[in-house]
Amino acid sequence: MTEVSARTEEVHGAMDDPGTGSGPPPARPRWVVAVPVAAVVVVLAAVPLFLAPFATTTLTRLLVFGLLAVSLDLLVGVTGLPSLGHAAYFGAGAYAAGWVSIHLTAAIPVPLLVGAAVGGLAAAATGWVAVRSAGVYFLMLTLAIGEVLAQVAQSWDGVTGGANGLAGIPAARLGGESLTGAGFLYWYVLGVGLLAFTAVWLLARSPFGAALRGIRDNEPRMRAIGYPTTLYKYGAFVAAGTVAGAAGSLLAAQQRLVTPDDLGFTTAAIILLAVVIGGAGSLWGPVVGAAIVVLVRDALGPGLGGHGELVLGIVFVLVVYLLPRGAAGLTTLRPSRRRRT
Amino acid sequence: MTGWLAANLLSVLNGLAIGALLFVLAVGLSLVFGMMDVLNLAHGALFLVGAYVAAALVGGGASWGAFLGALGLAAVIGLLAGGGLSAMTEPLRRRSHLDQALLTLGVALIVAEVLQIVFGDDPLAVPAPPGLDGSVSLLGAAYPTYRLALIGVGAVLAVAVHVLVERTTLGALIRATVADREMVAAVGVDNRRVKIAVFAAGSMLATVAGVLGGPIYGASVGLDSTVLILALVVVVIGGLGSVRGALVGALVIGQIESLGRALLPDLASFVLFGALALVLVLRPQGLFGSRAGAAA
Repeated sequence: MTEVSARTEEVHGAMDDPGTGSGPPPARPRWVVAVPVAAVVVVLAAVPLFLAPFATTTLTRLLVFGLLAVSLDLLVGVTGLPSLGHAAYFGAGAYAAGWVSIHLTAAIPVPLLVGAAVGGLAAAATGWVAVRSAGVYFLMLTLAIGEVLAQVAQSWDGVTGGANGLAGIPAARLGGESLTGAGFLYWYVLGVGLLAFTAVWLLARSPFGAALRGIRDNEPRMRAIGYPTTLYKYGAFVAAGTVAGAAGSLLAAQQRLVTPDDLGFTTAAIILLAVVIGGAGSLWGPVVGAAIVVLVRDALGPGLGGHGELVLGIVFVLVVYLLPRGAAGLTTLRPSRRRRT
Repeated sequence: MTGWLAANLLSVLNGLAIGALLFVLAVGLSLVFGMMDVLNLAHGALFLVGAYVAAALVGGGASWGAFLGALGLAAVIGLLAGGGLSAMTEPLRRRSHLDQALLTLGVALIVAEVLQIVFGDDPLAVPAPPGLDGSVSLLGAAYPTYRLALIGVGAVLAVAVHVLVERTTLGALIRATVADREMVAAVGVDNRRVKIAVFAAGSMLATVAGVLGGPIYGASVGLDSTVLILALVVVVIGGLGSVRGALVGALVIGQIESLGRALLPDLASFVLFGALALVLVLRPQGLFGSRAGAAA
């Protein structure tokens, strides 16, 4: 690519690149997709029957962060908006769900719905500034927005517990029973996660999702043929914030504690890392990426003196150089079908 | 008005000191981005490197030799790191700008972790050099001498950078590259050398800012992302690639950080975001930005 076409790419929103996924996959027999999906769901559902509680808890965390990564992929991979502030809506949902559980009720699905609603509202309140931009500018703005919200969590002592975090969140309740067992909590998180994943997947497949991919590939053209692109990007941003808020409510149910770290820069960076490592745009790739990232940080980290993030940074740099399409790109044997304009 | 000024003089001065520091930090970020479209997310980590260099050399006992030594060492590290980052982003030149930003994010994570491993989790203090560690009396209130000196140093650096960029041949080359990279390449200038030079100089300013900010902020885990955010807000408000924009943005953000926190302690974060939103709505390209950047 010459310097001149590099400039063209910048004008077109800097998203016209093979690293951020492709359009719909090539047509395959339906069972090629359906059988592995069903197998994965069955294995995931059966896992707590065979694992120790600690391993089940780790797996629960993987699912929570996996759902967060899926919601971010709706922005990064589908719409082409790389966000470094997505943890803010995750944290907003977590704080809201935790607060409701403490002060009102922990009965499912109230904290989940409140968390999703607050995540969506926070995204709606702040996203209108961010979606006016694209590419690296979007990255900068979301970073600034995320940090502002993290500071709010830090300083709004009365509601968030300040730097100590929101502690003493009761266990989620279902029909009067507390979900204290690791397995029951896991099934709750898995159920919500599967529902939310399906919702995001359907959204990405819908005409709305097709328009978002069009914006990712060539926003000026989409605008020219009459799409209100800023409105579409805003819609995607709020939807992603809502799902992130739902994931946050699951975090509150799992950790029973929410701290400002959960919506800080490091969480936002790590979840973007998960999407990039997994392969942006595939939706399932980021779940794998999140599993890798959380395992390295939380499970491998203690063995490395608590410095799992060092390993993550190195993995990240290697992925950027060696795997421009992330881990999901490994499954595509032929070169990506690049949409040139 | 005079009564208000007397009551808030210290906050205004603090804002000037923070603004001076932010300018030194942000001008490198702004020029690297404006010229090469490389968003250097490792800029905050470079600041932290400078802060830890200061803590390591000056922390034992403040002396001018140690302080100037820290400045010199930080400057050398900054130059080398900038050259290294420039070389690392070079293979990604043909990929999207996002990949380059992500690469610097990975580098930032690595650098911050290595610093944490070497220097530990506890915040380290950096004493001001002798003679500047006291305070002076201003309108009956005591004010740290070092911060006054920092305002002076910031002003000198701002003038120096301004003269360099606006009045010299090298500056003309930098401005031309910001305005139209392809045309500069077409008249026979090697873009890569300009990029390496600006990257190295910008990184040097970041590490130097870390040393200069040491007596105020110290050196601690997480400081890198805090200053990175502030620098990014400065750059977005001022306009990418503009020295004047970086200066005005830094002074505005310095006042918001200081005066805002003094007058509206609960709302300071919202004021920061509000200023950012206001500028973006009224002037998406920033106060002094020329290219239609934010509106893609």
